[in-house]
Amino acid sequence: MQIPKSFLGFKRENGRAGTRNHVIILPVDDISNACAEAVANNIKGTIALPHSYGRLQFGADLELHFRTMIGTGRNPNVAAVIVIGIEPKWTKRIVDAIAKTGKPVEGFSIEGVGDIDTIAKVSKKAQEFSMWASEKQREECPISDLWISVKCGESDTTSGLASNPTVGNLMDKLEPLGVHLCFGETSELTGAETVCAKRGKTKEAQDKFMKTWSSYNDFILKEATNDLSESQPTAGNIAGGLTTIEEKAFGNFQKIGSRKFIDVLEPAEEPTKGKGLYFMDTSSAAAECVTLQAAGGFNIHLFPTGQGNIIGNPIEPVIKLTANPLTAKTMSEHIDVDVSKILSREMNLDQAGDELIKSTIKVANGRLTCAEALGHKEFVMTKLYRSA
Amino acid sequence: MAKTDIIIHDKKDNVGVIVIEKITKGQDCGCWIMEDDSSSKVKSEAEIPLGHKIALQDLKEGDTIIKYGHDIGKVVKAIKKGDHVHVHNVKTKKW
Repeated sequence: MQIPKSFLGFKRENGRAGTRNHVIILPVDDISNACAEAVANNIKGTIALPHSYGRLQFGADLELHFRTMIGTGRNPNVAAVIVIGIEPKWTKRIVDAIAKTGKPVEGFSIEGVGDIDTIAKVSKKAQEFSMWASEKQREECPISDLWISVKCGESDTTSGLASNPTVGNLMDKLEPLGVHLCFGETSELTGAETVCAKRGKTKEAQDKFMKTWSSYNDFILKEATNDLSESQPTAGNIAGGLTTIEEKAFGNFQKIGSRKFIDVLEPAEEPTKGKGLYFMDTSSAAAECVTLQAAGGFNIHLFPTGQGNIIGNPIEPVIKLTANPLTAKTMSEHIDVDVSKILSREMNLDQAGDELIKSTIKVANGRLTCAEALGHKEFVMTKLYRSA
Repeated sequence: MAKTDIIIHDKKDNVGVIVIEKITKGQDCGCWIMEDDSSSKVKSEAEIPLGHKIALQDLKEGDTIIKYGHDIGKVVKAIKKGDHVHVHNVKTKKW
């Protein structure tokens, strides 16, 4: 297949391109959710991103909170941003960092004003942003403007046999065209960690990966009460035939094809070493992982599933594929790409990879994913430890 | 092409994955080995559903299960060739 060299995206002020054109209302903290949701309800064409945290966090956990907030606002799928926090200082820190992209952003704080007057004030600004963003047109963008993140979920053995290798096939075909790629799920590489580390392009990347994995594994061993049964693998994984974390890890690892990673990113960190594959240190919980990858600047996501994970994200479209013929049938409204014919050997990996590339371009051009059509907008902050 | 009931990732693997809705006890199953595109056969000793694993050889307690050509866990209860391999007879070596 001739791989398309371009897609229709929204060009942003900083040179990046978006596959979507969202105007977001971003609460800094849990108690500003009500205000953000009221504004999004008032003004059409905006979405609120409520979440559970943002108060009394400190140290590395607070830095991750800021990185996730700022990265979400900076993502090229976002045209303009309103930030609402209870206090002005943290709100301003987020606004200033997003403003560096050149996109419209404005911050509001509720203390001393109250919800009702804040909602009125913010709604006026949100209306202005929404109508401004609605004028933006899609333009031809090189395929290298795609930043593709991947994560699998509710995996079973069909994931390792076919849907994950399909994503790997896409990576093998698209990496030479200059796209950015990202995989994560630190804990879910357990058992395959030394094989994965060898995929680091440099000694530095390899060492950084082993350090990151070991630190996550030490944390799991410290907190684990028994053998993590039904957490890793999950009950769904086990029902699908996956027996151990090692088996799950080798299946998971198929998603990167034969690629090598350039660098290891902190959770929600934006890559800065140019095109190619990156590993991001993330949890293996779907919504947490995709939220972090979106905050890292990735603008389209590929999500292979076995037993049928249904996740979506508010700003990064999530394309789902499965190789499990039962899931493709019983949960068809969630599956964008069905590659189950690989198991019956009526389709090979090369063909499946081409199908996935076609679907990826269609979604990049604006076609809704199943998760978008069904209204899935899971925005889940990763929290490293208790607040002060 | 012979009908494929089981796919095996790597020649070194001692388990294969059922890729049809289920296999029944005593079924002569066709296996396809992805690594070198070769074929083999195995007779099942149990009913095993889609996605679950079948033993390709007799395995005793303490043996290592190999899939993708790699160690994916240890046998905690003896397994006969053709038996269902899962959480009742295999455990992680990690956690």
